Amino acid sequence: MTDAATDPAPSRRALIGWGGAGLALGAAAAGGAVAMTRTGDDIEPAAASAGAAVEFHGTHQAGIATPVQDRLHFAAFDVTTEDRAEFVQMLKDWTAAARRMTAGKAVGEGAYGGLAEAPPDDTGEALGLKPSRLTLTIGFGPSLFEKFDLADQRPDALVDLPRFAGDNLDKNRSGGDLCVQACADDPQVAVHAIRNLARIGFGKVVIRWSQLGFGKTSSTTPDAQTPRNLMGFKDGTRNIAGTETDRLKKFVWVDSAQDAKDAPWMNGGSYLVARRIRMHIETWDRTSLQEQEDVFGRDKGEGAPVGKAKERDKPFLPAMKPDAHVRLAHPDSNGGATILRRGYSFTDGTDGLGRLDAGLFFLAYQKDVREGFIRIQRHLATDALNEYIQHVGSAVFAVPPGVRDKDDWWGSTLFSKEA
Amino acid sequence: MRAARLSVLTFTAVAALTAVTGCTEKGSSGDSDRVIDVTATDSKCEVSKKAFPAGHVELAIENKGSKVTEVYVLFPDDRIVTERENIGPGTKQKVTAEVKAGDYTIACKPGMKGDGIRQEVKATGGTVAKRDPRLDSAVAAYRKYAQAQADATLPLAKTFAAAVKSGDLEAAKKAYAPSRIGWERTEPVAESFGDIDPKVDVRADGLEGGQKWTGWHRLEKSLWQDKKITAEDKTLADQLITDLTDWQNRVGKADITPTSMANGAKELLDEVATGKVTGEEERYSHTDLVDFKANVEGAEKSYELLKPVAEENDAALVTELDKQFAALNTLLDKYRADKTSYDFTSYDKVGDADRKQLSDGVNALAEPLSKLAAAVVTKSS
Repeated sequence: MTDAATDPAPSRRALIGWGGAGLALGAAAAGGAVAMTRTGDDIEPAAASAGAAVEFHGTHQAGIATPVQDRLHFAAFDVTTEDRAEFVQMLKDWTAAARRMTAGKAVGEGAYGGLAEAPPDDTGEALGLKPSRLTLTIGFGPSLFEKFDLADQRPDALVDLPRFAGDNLDKNRSGGDLCVQACADDPQVAVHAIRNLARIGFGKVVIRWSQLGFGKTSSTTPDAQTPRNLMGFKDGTRNIAGTETDRLKKFVWVDSAQDAKDAPWMNGGSYLVARRIRMHIETWDRTSLQEQEDVFGRDKGEGAPVGKAKERDKPFLPAMKPDAHVRLAHPDSNGGATILRRGYSFTDGTDGLGRLDAGLFFLAYQKDVREGFIRIQRHLATDALNEYIQHVGSAVFAVPPGVRDKDDWWGSTLFSKEA
Repeated sequence: MRAARLSVLTFTAVAALTAVTGCTEKGSSGDSDRVIDVTATDSKCEVSKKAFPAGHVELAIENKGSKVTEVYVLFPDDRIVTERENIGPGTKQKVTAEVKAGDYTIACKPGMKGDGIRQEVKATGGTVAKRDPRLDSAVAAYRKYAQAQADATLPLAKTFAAAVKSGDLEAAKKAYAPSRIGWERTEPVAESFGDIDPKVDVRADGLEGGQKWTGWHRLEKSLWQDKKITAEDKTLADQLITDLTDWQNRVGKADITPTSMANGAKELLDEVATGKVTGEEERYSHTDLVDFKANVEGAEKSYELLKPVAEENDAALVTELDKQFAALNTLLDKYRADKTSYDFTSYDKVGDADRKQLSDGVNALAEPLSKLAAAVVTKSS
């Protein structure tokens, strides 16, 4: 959570954020007994300024506790250069470009008006579009630490994910030395951002895989309309809110004094798990309503937990089936483990067998992957939902703290020699 | 800063254009100022005047030598303003041209070979379009390179055609890829002859309605897919030689500028990125890596010629290009036994991960290469 006191201006991500319930997928397990303390006032600035710019600078990177935008373009890169200075320069160039793009400006000298013989600096497809609340968030994968003599900087919390029951991972949709998460309300703005960063990176990094997302499936702003995932269920009912400073501090932001003694450069950062979760849409759609609701542990219309009337009523877990998704994923079933989710639905056409290649692109932030995603995902081994989903892509990243000011750059705390 | 560069550029572009078209008013034909007597021998090329007014110019040529000769009026970059071939010993010919003010070269070529015996001349009056002489020599050298590639291609293409005509499937397969190297190296120039490219290098999917499929790839399909040589293929082999001869005869007249050289280098990489890396170009023979290498070599040639000027304007770009050319060449070397061989791994044996690595290498080079034109034109001020 951004320190409003130290930030030059209160950013929108300082105003909101909603987190909650650590859940892999599905209609949101509740974040324990945390009461909703936010008021309508918290939502309005974001709603009123849909399309506005989100402050790029801050203690933490934007795009985590920031209210979830409608669209996603996520890209994982591999580093091809062996030249540390060159890589650091690219991070600086990326930061400069990100600073401009998140403010709604074109990269470099723009998309037109330059030399006729040379390609323009900016690709131009975002010209005339609003900033659309674009956020760009960078993360460093475990494999990066094998390069540039960084091995001793790798945080203990950045573990390689173990194999989970039911995983069917495609290496071409997994891993990566670094990632950039672009979220925006306009898909063209998000795509433009990744495309321009990839272009700047040519010769230094290459895109390993990428994912487009739409229809946010988790909200960090608990407004009246909890979004639904492609299974038709409300998702993210009790995600951690951006206003919940205490829970963000407890579950999301790394505090080097307590959490990251081995990697003080991560102070103010977080850890991201990205999973491409394919849904067996067609079989799900043929499943009876009763079974669908049993699988989740909530009803489909209101989203209320079993035996309760309202979506936001506190779930009574024993009322759910033992293998119900919400029951297994709930913090109460996982020693309090809680993660902040900002997943998106995806549809990548059909799969050659006439089936929709669709599902959830799951993104979860936590201060320690071992205590967050891994703990919960292990517990989901018996999840009834597993019959209808399959994890097909996987990656984990250390997300460094925010870019403090105009002279700072992504990764400056890690590459401190150059800072 | 950008704006200033822009105005310089506009000027250069306009100046270049007018020099090409040379559309001045016609001078009176009786104006002796505008008649240049050219006396050609086997060892000399004498001109009656080295300066003349811009506009309509007439060359009165007399061949006093023992060999058939030809006479050219050339721009500083060796592009042809006008020419007359086949001037027999003891004969006279007249050649006319419209020229803008500027420097030119008159060249006689006894025996119609080589660079010829040269005289510098000047057309005076009006505005003179000046270009960095190093860029003119870069263009001239590239023009020579393109010609040399065409000249070297013909014999190789004839070997290929002969094998097809003799019905020797294996010999034809062997001669196929080498016959394309010169073309692939100079593809942007070759493509500037819009009528030749569709005849010799079109792929099945590039055919327009009603267009007859001819050229290399039609024969490639016969050799590798149909695995037989038909009577029609033999006719197509002859046609290929006719069309390539046409190219050889015209390649020296291609419109080449420093920026077209720079952008041509990038276009060669684009060719690789869209056609070779995917294996679409040589879908039957899988000799894509031969074309790939030739494209990179052609791009590198352009770059090397422009490098001295580019280095002054953007040293960092030159450093990056040197590095990326080296990296891509090293990568390509993995697919051939030794660095002189053009016997590359069949592309159907190159796996997805390796193809991605090649694609990444092309992107890493093509992106900075797209900035070469700017680094070159900036200096032409």
